[in-house]
Amino acid sequence: MIANFIGVLFDGIAYGSLLFLISIGLSVTLGLMNFVNLAHGAFAMLGGYVCVMLMTRWGVPFLATLPIAFIATATVGAVLERTLYRRLYKASHLDQVLFSIGLTFMAIAAATYAWGPSQQPVRLPDLLRGQVEVFGLQLGTYRLFLVAVVVAITFALAWLMEKTRFGAQVRSAVDDADVANGVGINVNLIFSLMFALGTGLAGLGGALGIDVLGLDPTFPLKYMVYFLLVVAVGGAGTIRGPLVAALVLGIFDVAGKYYVPQVGAFIIYTLMVLLLIAFPAGLYGRRA
Amino acid sequence: MTGGAQIAEMARPRIEAMAEGLSTARWTLTEVAFWLVPVACFFLLSDYLVLGSQILITALFALSLDLVLGYAGVVSLGHAAFFGLGAYTAGLLGRHGWGEPLSGLLLAAAVAALAGWLTSFLVVRGRDLTRLMVTLGIGLLFFEAANKAAFVTGGVDGLSGVTMWKLFGVFRFDLGGKTAYAYSLVVLFVAFVFARRLVASPFGLSLRAVRENATRMPALGASVRSRLVIAYTIGAALAGIAGALLAQTTQFVGLDSLGFQRSAELVVMLVLGGAGRLYGAVIGTALFMIAQDWLSGLNPVYWQFWIGLLLVVIVLFARGGILGVADQAMAAWRRKAEP
Amino acid sequence: MSAVALRAAGLNKTWGGFVANRDVSLELAVGERHALIGPNGAGKTTFINLLTGVLTPTAGDVYVGEENVTRLAQHERVARGMTRTYQITSLFPSLTVLESVVLAILEREGLATNWWKSVAQHSGAAREAKDLLERLHLGAEAGKPTKSLAYGKQRLVEIALALATKPKILLLDEPAAGIPAAQSAEVFEVIAGLPRDVTILFIEHDMQIVFRFAERVSVLVAGAMLMQGTPDEVANDARVKQVYLGEAPHD
Ligand SMILES: Nc1ncnc2c1ncn2[C@@H]1O[C@H](COP(=O)(O)OP(=O)(O)OP(=O)(O)O)[C@@H](O)[C@H]1O
Ligand SMILES: [Mg+2]
Repeated sequence: MIANFIGVLFDGIAYGSLLFLISIGLSVTLGLMNFVNLAHGAFAMLGGYVCVMLMTRWGVPFLATLPIAFIATATVGAVLERTLYRRLYKASHLDQVLFSIGLTFMAIAAATYAWGPSQQPVRLPDLLRGQVEVFGLQLGTYRLFLVAVVVAITFALAWLMEKTRFGAQVRSAVDDADVANGVGINVNLIFSLMFALGTGLAGLGGALGIDVLGLDPTFPLKYMVYFLLVVAVGGAGTIRGPLVAALVLGIFDVAGKYYVPQVGAFIIYTLMVLLLIAFPAGLYGRRA
Repeated sequence: MTGGAQIAEMARPRIEAMAEGLSTARWTLTEVAFWLVPVACFFLLSDYLVLGSQILITALFALSLDLVLGYAGVVSLGHAAFFGLGAYTAGLLGRHGWGEPLSGLLLAAAVAALAGWLTSFLVVRGRDLTRLMVTLGIGLLFFEAANKAAFVTGGVDGLSGVTMWKLFGVFRFDLGGKTAYAYSLVVLFVAFVFARRLVASPFGLSLRAVRENATRMPALGASVRSRLVIAYTIGAALAGIAGALLAQTTQFVGLDSLGFQRSAELVVMLVLGGAGRLYGAVIGTALFMIAQDWLSGLNPVYWQFWIGLLLVVIVLFARGGILGVADQAMAAWRRKAEP
Repeated sequence: MSAVALRAAGLNKTWGGFVANRDVSLELAVGERHALIGPNGAGKTTFINLLTGVLTPTAGDVYVGEENVTRLAQHERVARGMTRTYQITSLFPSLTVLESVVLAILEREGLATNWWKSVAQHSGAAREAKDLLERLHLGAEAGKPTKSLAYGKQRLVEIALALATKPKILLLDEPAAGIPAAQSAEVFEVIAGLPRDVTILFIEHDMQIVFRFAERVSVLVAGAMLMQGTPDEVANDARVKQVYLGEAPHD
């Protein structure tokens, strides 16, 4: 019973870590550029397909596909930022929403065209399959691996934001882009780099997540609410907020589906509405 | 004073006001011509009446969103919740022995309005983005509720066995869709006349002002919240009527009537025609649905690609949709013609 | 002593550790013309936000006449006869100037929730709006979208919106900010020409204007009230000189 509960908790944490990894880029676009990017999940999906393609077509080992998925999506993100997103930073939220829903629809259609509507399989290396025993508990190896990767990336991000000159520049751009521009920070470049980093991480998350979240063309819509919720509740432009929100969300979702399956997605949507009502300002994080 | 002079005197303030561009509720010839088109279709295109009534119903749905989004400026991604609620209300009535259309319509409007009113208090809090997510969340909640309550709604199989009585006890809902079309057209027109009055009124002006600058409104003595609550409730009621029309004319309610896809497509139709101008809702819906019908040979997924592209193009190059672009073209043409 | 129109009692506003207003008190007699001055960032706008209900004070109370309005929302205070203009122009960009002012009048008259008559049919409001716009030299702009107006004209619309509510108490946050000196005098002539029973508090950096139009002056420095007095008293106050000119106070 207790072991069971801990197992669910652990699954929830692994799931939440993935949500965090994917959502952090959305937090960046919202906090830094004040842009509502509903197409964020499409970048995660792209990372997933890159991973699957590399493995099935060219036999690239799973672990090696991960950095490639990151780089590929980051590149696509950077190109789109330069050509399209940039024009809409000052546009109304309605325009941003319409534009990014448009991109999402296109991505879904394109993915269906290229890879068909079905779920993509992923074959994990033997090393990452099965269970390991930790303190007498049976934990899924892959989920343990996931959590470890996300913890490492979180520390790397925290170091980047808190300890480097680049991080300081990003933080001042979050506080006030105009002021940052005024003191000679190249805000445009920061926007591009952060956008690329955020989409790259989403791509990495998509690749890592195939085994947990699945991968099919409806991915961007299916998880859109989750990513938005993480950022909405956690607050944009920070690392800690979305991390906590993603973990809470992951645990609740997994536990809900495990213990009260008949209620299904109800829990998460109710949680979403309630949290938003409780923290309407959570959305803007430090900007409030 | 002669009669003529008296009339001229009475008409003066109105003419003056018009010259300054204050909203009047007077009908123009273009508008009359516009409404003659669907009437003509009834007589000339009798093979297409089924598609026609779908368009009319969806146009009413888009009109309801226009009040909320186009006028009051509340971006809603869950408006289908009220459409679906109206559809299920009317559908369940018809299925369980009450097939009278008009009372079904009114009851559906009342149920949707109540739901709209209750949820409006959640929606009007917070800013753009919170609202967007709350509407999205509420839409998903309604969808899940209908999905889980399969013993009432039929779940994914949909609600069938909806039986309608004759309209006014006279007109049977025929297979050719004549009654359905005429019924939908009249309901749409009545709703449109109402919406038209509403947006030309002081209340409509205040909604536009809320959209333009909600923080300034309290300094004029207006409570933004109460205005939005009313607008959102009216929008929900009209959406409920549209849903009920669909249930009554197709005698079926599918789960997709509540879905996110429907909410999102509705926004697309509205911005395609031009939000915040009523006719944009009707024109956008008609074009969208005719194109969809034409391209129905295509896989629906590719259709989705074109919608997506359309959205991106509208946002980047055609703000204001078709009517917005037409306005700009007219203005440019006048400027050219003047000197 | 004449009747009190507006009273602030020990208003405080803090953000985290930052104190934007510290125990600010002020009493305005009915019909008084009062200037609020102070260096940039002194907390003047914050004070007006507290009076009007845009912000909730951390401590302290606001009274309109005898009534404590601290818990009332902004629009409810407008109904009590108090409104304000904004330092940073805050208008309805795509509404025409006339529409904006007509809306303000309809709101005042409680007609703005009417949904069955068109705006044009409310010809009384339209006429009143046009008179007001004429007075502010905006007659020619009435039919234009607000956003198409030059900045100086937009500042006048800002004032027109406030006047259209027929306030008993009018709070003006740098009404002439950013418009040329000649025109700013004009703006203040209009304000000075308002009925004598209208109580006015205005924020203004130009001392000449302050001395010309104010009967009393309050000086806010670093969130706290430094002093209050007649223009002469303020002009000759050593502490004020120090704040404005950086002079050491003469003992
Ligand atoms: N919402 C807020 N959150 C945090 N600090 C704020 C907020 N609003 C104002 N401040 C701070 O409070 C201080 C006072 O601001 P305020 O706008 O009241 O000054 P002011 O006297 O009107 O200045 P100015 O003459 O430049 O208009 C400033 O330091 C400002 O940065
Ligand atoms: Mg100020």
